[in-house]
Amino acid sequence: MNTIKQIWDWLEHRLELRDSLWPVMRHPVPAALAKPVGWWYVFGSMTLTFLMLQIVTGICLAMVYQPTAEDAYASLEYLNYEAPFGWLMRAIHYWSATGMVVMLFVHMSQVFLMGAFKYPRELTWLVGVGLLAMTLGLAFTGQVLRYDGDSYWGVSVAVAAAGRVPWLGPSIVHFILGGEYIGSETLSRFFTLHVFILPGLLFSLLAVHLYLVVKRGISEPPTPGEPVDKATYHEQYEQLLEKGIPFFPHALYRDGVACAMAVLIVVGLAVVFGPKGPGEIPDPTLIHAEPRPDWYFLPIFALAALSPPSMETFLMLGLPVIGLGALLAVPFVAGTGERSARRRPVAVLTVLVSFVTLMILGWYGATSPWSPDMQAWSDAPVPENIVQKLTPLELQGAIVFQNKCCRNCHALEGSGGHRGPDLTDVGSRMNPDAMVRQVVQGGGNMPAYAQQMNSAEVEALVSFLVKLRPEGMPPAAVPSAPAETLAAVKATP
Amino acid sequence: MTHSTSNSNPPDEERRGLLKWSAILLGSLATAAAGIPIVGFLLGPLRKRDDQWTTAGKVEDFPVGQTRLVDLQNPLHGLGDGDAGKIAIYVRRADEATFQIFAVNCTHLGCPVNWLADAGLFMCPCHGGVFYEDGSHASGPPPRGLYQYEHRLEKGDLLVKLGHLPTLQQPG
Ligand code: FES
Repeated sequence: MNTIKQIWDWLEHRLELRDSLWPVMRHPVPAALAKPVGWWYVFGSMTLTFLMLQIVTGICLAMVYQPTAEDAYASLEYLNYEAPFGWLMRAIHYWSATGMVVMLFVHMSQVFLMGAFKYPRELTWLVGVGLLAMTLGLAFTGQVLRYDGDSYWGVSVAVAAAGRVPWLGPSIVHFILGGEYIGSETLSRFFTLHVFILPGLLFSLLAVHLYLVVKRGISEPPTPGEPVDKATYHEQYEQLLEKGIPFFPHALYRDGVACAMAVLIVVGLAVVFGPKGPGEIPDPTLIHAEPRPDWYFLPIFALAALSPPSMETFLMLGLPVIGLGALLAVPFVAGTGERSARRRPVAVLTVLVSFVTLMILGWYGATSPWSPDMQAWSDAPVPENIVQKLTPLELQGAIVFQNKCCRNCHALEGSGGHRGPDLTDVGSRMNPDAMVRQVVQGGGNMPAYAQQMNSAEVEALVSFLVKLRPEGMPPAAVPSAPAETLAAVKATP
Repeated sequence: MTHSTSNSNPPDEERRGLLKWSAILLGSLATAAAGIPIVGFLLGPLRKRDDQWTTAGKVEDFPVGQTRLVDLQNPLHGLGDGDAGKIAIYVRRADEATFQIFAVNCTHLGCPVNWLADAGLFMCPCHGGVFYEDGSHASGPPPRGLYQYEHRLEKGDLLVKLGHLPTLQQPG
């Protein structure tokens, strides 16, 4: 016992923690945080906990991972199947990344809704926006390091977007790729970004963020009707702190419970669901890949498919900049005034609309109804009940329908692609003339098949399509609308 | 130790001035000495390497009227590239003497387009871009037709000039 004390005293004599760290740990926080409302304040710590978990698992992974195009895939498989606990490290790294992004958004929403970004904590918010950017950067580069087909084509998509920057596009593409094509240099670059550069920047920002949290103090839970006023806020806050409680241990316990839960949940998810991928081999000659980004980027993926071509480049390159700019502008636009969400309907609405938009876009991204189902023409046969009652000509049409890959975009009874309208009942909507025109000339989102089908094939196809209508319903007689507009209308989801 | 206290002493003042300027001068020199090679190294990839001619196969290997996917070694490939050093192209022989060589990369956002021979169309799995067999844009978001590589016929071989990843401002 005595020896421990001696060692402690020896250290203390040199470190003087009692004067430096201890007061920080014991700095007063508003007493209200000891009440249940304190649970609103744990999200930042949870994000931080996931970051710690990322660092530790990341270091473990870096010891085995080979950042070269030649060996990366094999090293991922080695981690999955051979290295003891390798699969679990990969799984935790993936699920903890997911947790970190989720908690970051929750944390930001809480800070936003409780007006904690207002005077005098604007800088804390600004630095936090920087942390968000770094985290998303890590998420993307991390997805590339999971070097498989999705990763390879994901880089291809990223540079195709970057290549659209006016003037500088080609140079930016070169700089990202580290050469002319996606190769070993490219992977090394992403590795360097993911392991050195972005974490380095993130830590610097984090240091400032935490310094500011301590220096500016934790914001008190907002009370409706008590707006922030620069002239009086300091005095009020000081008074509040006089009745405050020390951060350690009171507030820390709540954080501890929340963080422990967070870790348990992530490790649980990792054990149950395991690591993600790697998927197909990253080989540019395996072109049957259907690349999808990780969930974080699904909304952007959806945006690339849904935005009108004229605005596309602007949306792709401009929207992220505008988004970040808007976040940075928040404390300057609404730096003072009412803090409580109950008196800030616009703020609440903004958060709701943002999340709903992101979720809808994300859902669209995940289901991607605009993507043709590449295998449908060979994998999804025309349903039997349709085929049963067909004449030979109509049967021939059904074969044309499959062979010409119509199924890739058009579903029958729900199975097949969803890029174009479902054709189960098309016979009751379109008359034969309109069908011929649509098939031959295309229109809306449909290519013209004039070159790809001879007239016998078109005739057979149309006779088959006319048959596609509910029992007892007569075929459409007069074209209800010209084929062009009809197709255009139906193509819009 | 007198010099630390005697601010008014002119020689001391002079010496400190000299020291200050030496620090600034040497400091800039040192920064440049270390910095220029570092920046140069970082910007190294901006030096472009030109595409190179490579053989895509014997002319007679490509039947007239068909489009084929051909796997090649990227002529620019280098150390440690593994499979990434490969490149795939579509070769279409429209008639006896007319070839078209397409990049597999979609002109929208670079996903690999699939050739569906029966339908005579290229389809992109990402956002539903479709191209006709001659590479022209048929439907969907791509802003232009497929990228095409320069090619020539020589002694019964089909030669193609390629290497870089084609993008909108740097097509084939
Ligand atoms: S990448 Fe081909 S349609 Fe978008």
